[in-house]
Amino acid sequence: MSTATTYRTCPRSGLQFESQAEKLMLANAVAAVVFLLIGGLLAIGVVLTRWPSIHWLEADTFYKVLTAHGIDMLIFWIIFFEIAVLYFCSSTLLRCRLATPKIAWTAFALMVIGAVMNNVAVYQGGSSVMMTSYVPMMAAPHFYLGLILFAVGALIACFVFLGTLVVAKAEKTYQGSVPLVTFGAITATIIAVFTIVSGAIILVPTFLLSIGVIDKVDPLVYRTIWWAFGHSSQQINVSAHISIWYAVAAIAFGARPMSERVSRGAFLLYILFLQLASAHHLLADPGLSTEWKVVNTSYFMYFAVLASMIHGLTVPGAMEVAQRQKGYNKGLFEWLRKAPWGTPTFSGVFISIIGFGFLGGISGVMMGTEQLNMIIHNTIYVPGHFHATVVIGTTLSFMALTYFLIPVLFKREMIAPTLAKWQPYLFGLSMYGFCLVMMGAGTLGVSRRHWDMAFQGSALAYEWPGAAYMMMGLVGVMGIAAIAGGAIYIYVTVGSLLWGKKLDQGQVSSTPTPVPATAPAAAVQTYGSSGMVAPGSFVLAIIFLVAFVLYYFINWKYLSQLWGLS
Amino acid sequence: MSAISPPAERLWWKHPIDRVEGMWIGIAFVWSMVMFFMMVYWHMYGGQNLSTETYKTTPEQFTVKAQAMVDQYTVRTEVDGQYPVVAPPVGSDVYMIARLWNFWPILQLEKGQTYRLHLTSLDYNHGFSLQPANINIQIVPGYEHVVTVTPNQSGTYSVVCNEYCGIGHHTMVGRIYVK
Repeated sequence: MSTATTYRTCPRSGLQFESQAEKLMLANAVAAVVFLLIGGLLAIGVVLTRWPSIHWLEADTFYKVLTAHGIDMLIFWIIFFEIAVLYFCSSTLLRCRLATPKIAWTAFALMVIGAVMNNVAVYQGGSSVMMTSYVPMMAAPHFYLGLILFAVGALIACFVFLGTLVVAKAEKTYQGSVPLVTFGAITATIIAVFTIVSGAIILVPTFLLSIGVIDKVDPLVYRTIWWAFGHSSQQINVSAHISIWYAVAAIAFGARPMSERVSRGAFLLYILFLQLASAHHLLADPGLSTEWKVVNTSYFMYFAVLASMIHGLTVPGAMEVAQRQKGYNKGLFEWLRKAPWGTPTFSGVFISIIGFGFLGGISGVMMGTEQLNMIIHNTIYVPGHFHATVVIGTTLSFMALTYFLIPVLFKREMIAPTLAKWQPYLFGLSMYGFCLVMMGAGTLGVSRRHWDMAFQGSALAYEWPGAAYMMMGLVGVMGIAAIAGGAIYIYVTVGSLLWGKKLDQGQVSSTPTPVPATAPAAAVQTYGSSGMVAPGSFVLAIIFLVAFVLYYFINWKYLSQLWGLS
Repeated sequence: MSAISPPAERLWWKHPIDRVEGMWIGIAFVWSMVMFFMMVYWHMYGGQNLSTETYKTTPEQFTVKAQAMVDQYTVRTEVDGQYPVVAPPVGSDVYMIARLWNFWPILQLEKGQTYRLHLTSLDYNHGFSLQPANINIQIVPGYEHVVTVTPNQSGTYSVVCNEYCGIGHHTMVGRIYVK
């Protein structure tokens, strides 16, 4: 069964890369960074227009730029990178060849064609429909066709990943269960298949509507099914970036999960419940029953939130245990103080964990509460929330992982290591501020996807409070700082790839070296069940819980002061 | 040995759970249940729950009903006669049309009184964002959503469209007076 391919063992990390998989990872990662660059340039237009005193672009340009920014960032940048991560988690971690590399290249080609086609449609005008493209507002046919081609490509790539798992099992390149990180990647893939199929169910008829084959797509049905695609695609990200957190804990500290059972159990909860969250977008809609809203918005009974709270403890917990074994045992937090804060792979992930939990997580649960949703629906609170999840959570994790991959996968020495060292702080912390002021403005009611908060040309214009203007100004300032942080990432990544010193690629062999079996039992039993191995992480978790509970009930208090609604 | 290697023990679901994890799972589970039942509790005892009363409608049907209300209860007009200000009877059915790019008509309600507010869109999706109260409801074309509202403060409220609806989206603002 073995095909003509080679395997290289990286001398810096000990990871083994199969040559086809390596090229595909590289291609997907580069495509991802290109779309991050485009999305980042578009972000300049978005923030400088929403900054009230600058108000840069004209309305039609603004909506065009905003549509492209959303799609390029949320779909193209993230999914291209995720495909690279999937190949890494299968072929590299399981040390096997990639299944059907030709089909994987076809998938890549479809994704590139689809992404370019969709971008062209948006820039041509006439497709400024935002990422959500709610019918009956229509875009050009190739807007939808581009998305469909991209989705088909991504779906094929998912099956290449699953096929690679089968190859690894059949060729016995590892023993026992797959690593936790691969397990998380499988979770992401299962959610991805559900997501992409939902996307096809609604985008194919909408494409047919745009070329006149059918004459109606119901607006409410569209919203319901579209969000099974739109929200679930963010759940792919959650599974993927949490897998990366575990991977970075392993890479930076040699950390292993505190308990495989707990961490994998939490991923299983994601598979079972995470997709229900598409209801979050429909809580303020007509036509859906209260029971449907309550059950779905809470992931049945907050079981996916439970899973995220578990990961929120076990990822830092795994780091803490590893650090304590190295002797950083003083007090609650020596393990954290002595962490490698100057290594961007670690600092990026840690800033990501804290921001994702405190800003993205708490706000997400608040706005996903059926009644509380009425005080933030479609306000700029919503992008405040999802920039905390998708940018601080996913994008920053991907950036952190890239710094690890530059020498390991790209075989280049990183250029400008000092810039790279500061990048996660500049990007991450300015995004913290950016998200907070957006949520602040949203709490005052400021609308999302809105060109002019002064309502120029309106007969009945509304005057926002001064605080809202101030916060939208800060959105501009923080946004520009974050864009500068993003630019440094792209400079370091692309620069290293082009001009970085070439590094030794390591031993090349025509056969894979299987993953060595780890000695069982004794090592595992050195900790576990006896008690409180990670007290520092537990304290962090309790601080998180207190913030969560307070914020949650403050919003109920706020809700209770509104007009009576029934 | 780590998260990127296969677990040392084949049967990962028999891996021991540390007390830190066990306690945290317990706490997180209890908090999840509190949040779930909070929504149920508010439906029974809270004063702000979004109605689910919805009917299929068409622009023609809805416009007829709104026009009838305007014809009967208009008290004055604003903006050079473009916007009738309608003061419907307490407890009655009141109608607000969302369309490119305005909310029509202006409503005048009484504080502490309850009305059945009917919302629909004649074209695209729109958003009903009542400011400065900050109540936000999606308006979907083809669906007539009946929301029972009880204003609790007098004043001038704006209805800002907060669902993107095209190039004139930023001009789409309506008004509700509460006396």
